[in-house]
Amino acid sequence: MLNRMIDDLIVLGLAQAVVTSLLVVVVVLVSRFQRVHLERESAVAMLRGFVQVVAAGSVLLLLLQGPHWTSIFVLAAMMVVAARISARRAPGIDGAFWVSLQSIVVGSGLVIALMTLVGVIEADVTALIPVGSMVVAAAMRSNSQALDRFRAEVLAHTGQIEAALALGAEPHTTVTRYVQASIEASLISPIDSLRSLGIVWIPGLMTGMILSGTDPVYAAIYQFVVIAMILAASGLTAVPAVLLVRSHVFSAAQQLVLRPGDTAV
Amino acid sequence: MTDRNGPILSARGLSREVDGRHLVDDVSLDVDQGQIIAIVGPSGAGKSSFLRLLNRLDEPTAGTVYLEGRDYREIPATELRRRVGMLMQAPNLFPGTVADNLRFGPTQRGETLSLERIAELLDRVGLSGFADRDVGQLSGGEAQRVSLARTLANEPQVLLLDEPTSALDVDSREEVESLIIDVIRDRELTCLFVTHDAPQARRLAGHAMVMEAGCCVTTGPVEEVLRA
Ligand SMILES: Nc1ncnc2c1ncn2[C@@H]1O[C@H](COP(=O)(O)OP(=O)(O)OP(=O)(O)O)[C@@H](O)[C@H]1O
Ligand SMILES: [Mg+2]
Repeated sequence: MLNRMIDDLIVLGLAQAVVTSLLVVVVVLVSRFQRVHLERESAVAMLRGFVQVVAAGSVLLLLLQGPHWTSIFVLAAMMVVAARISARRAPGIDGAFWVSLQSIVVGSGLVIALMTLVGVIEADVTALIPVGSMVVAAAMRSNSQALDRFRAEVLAHTGQIEAALALGAEPHTTVTRYVQASIEASLISPIDSLRSLGIVWIPGLMTGMILSGTDPVYAAIYQFVVIAMILAASGLTAVPAVLLVRSHVFSAAQQLVLRPGDTAV
Repeated sequence: MTDRNGPILSARGLSREVDGRHLVDDVSLDVDQGQIIAIVGPSGAGKSSFLRLLNRLDEPTAGTVYLEGRDYREIPATELRRRVGMLMQAPNLFPGTVADNLRFGPTQRGETLSLERIAELLDRVGLSGFADRDVGQLSGGEAQRVSLARTLANEPQVLLLDEPTSALDVDSREEVESLIIDVIRDRELTCLFVTHDAPQARRLAGHAMVMEAGCCVTTGPVEEVLRA
């Protein structure tokens, strides 16, 4: 209906955004009725999300006119921001930012570079940045989950870890079980995505490609490719993340330094 | 430099400061071969903190410890901790069977604990036939006895005990306590144990050290120190 009334694409987009926001306003009003006060939070989140995503779109518009190599800098900047956000999952662990940065660069960088070389991702700003950003986001999620789980496991098992140290074990031996659990935990969600693909959800990328007129079967296959890349990036991030971070919970003299109580940020 | 006639373990000016607080403050103590020393003092006095410095589970901020005359910072932590064993308040058993737990220490050095040795250790702590039990099925007292056997499997030269019976209920407490006393006596172990309980200290130890606010207040023969 809207598209029959409005010709200009940008104005159409804005109109669609207004209509959707009205839907959120209804939800806020209903919540208010139940004494749940979400007005401010939803308003701020909505405004912020809108501004951020439009800004990203505008930057993309600029980059599309530039040379291809600019996307490397954009992706690198995304990785740094991702590492900063992810490192917050590991309060009380020194060096969490460097651990996150290295793992995210390894995990998402390898996947993006390889896939671009092979030609799965087109070496073009229009493909590299949006698909690359999905891979970086996946690496960040995986890194966060791995660090969060590892930290929680160590804090929950300080007694056993110190008992093992007191029996003459090397620090790495004392946390083997938690290293495995953390890597597994960070792979659960991408594996489930792959498993439920097409049945429980038709993801955004595929929706977008179909909406913009791509053959639905190709869109579906490409969506599978992207989710598989996400799984690969998650694994390639989680493994170095946990292997690197485990050294940071012990001191040089093989003492457990991450303990409950002194973990406030 | 190994001095055969000197103390086996010797703390010199041992201190640990965290955020400006002195948890352990300049404690010196000599422990001779075969000596049993009770460490007593009010709650929060720094007894556990002191013990954790002796096997270097925490790092001293000043002072050091000599094991058979050698500065313990020169000894690899894994070797030091095998030689200075520790029994904590909680059993902290690893998931698996009782035998798995006893094997853990020797495995770290690439040694295998024989089945006879496992049986012998379990026999010593009154748990004959428990080797294949899952640790999840043990009572508190049994778990703590497995923990003791696990520490003994490493054949430590010095044994540190931090209120090993305080987490148990009264009945098993007495049982485990007398068991520990027997084991220490008949192996002629050198040991330091933390206790709240003066009668227990008198029963077990020849010497006592009283701690208050991180400092060593007195040391000496247990009858003199704990007379009051
Ligand atoms: N990691 C730590 N960081 C900061 N303070 C600590 C730490 N561990 C212990 N403390 C503090 O050090 C003091 C000494 O604690 P410690 O556990 O050594 O006492 P304790 O004599 O063993 O007491 P209790 O008889 O209750 O076991 C306490 O005030 C405690 O709160
Ligand atoms: Mg204590």
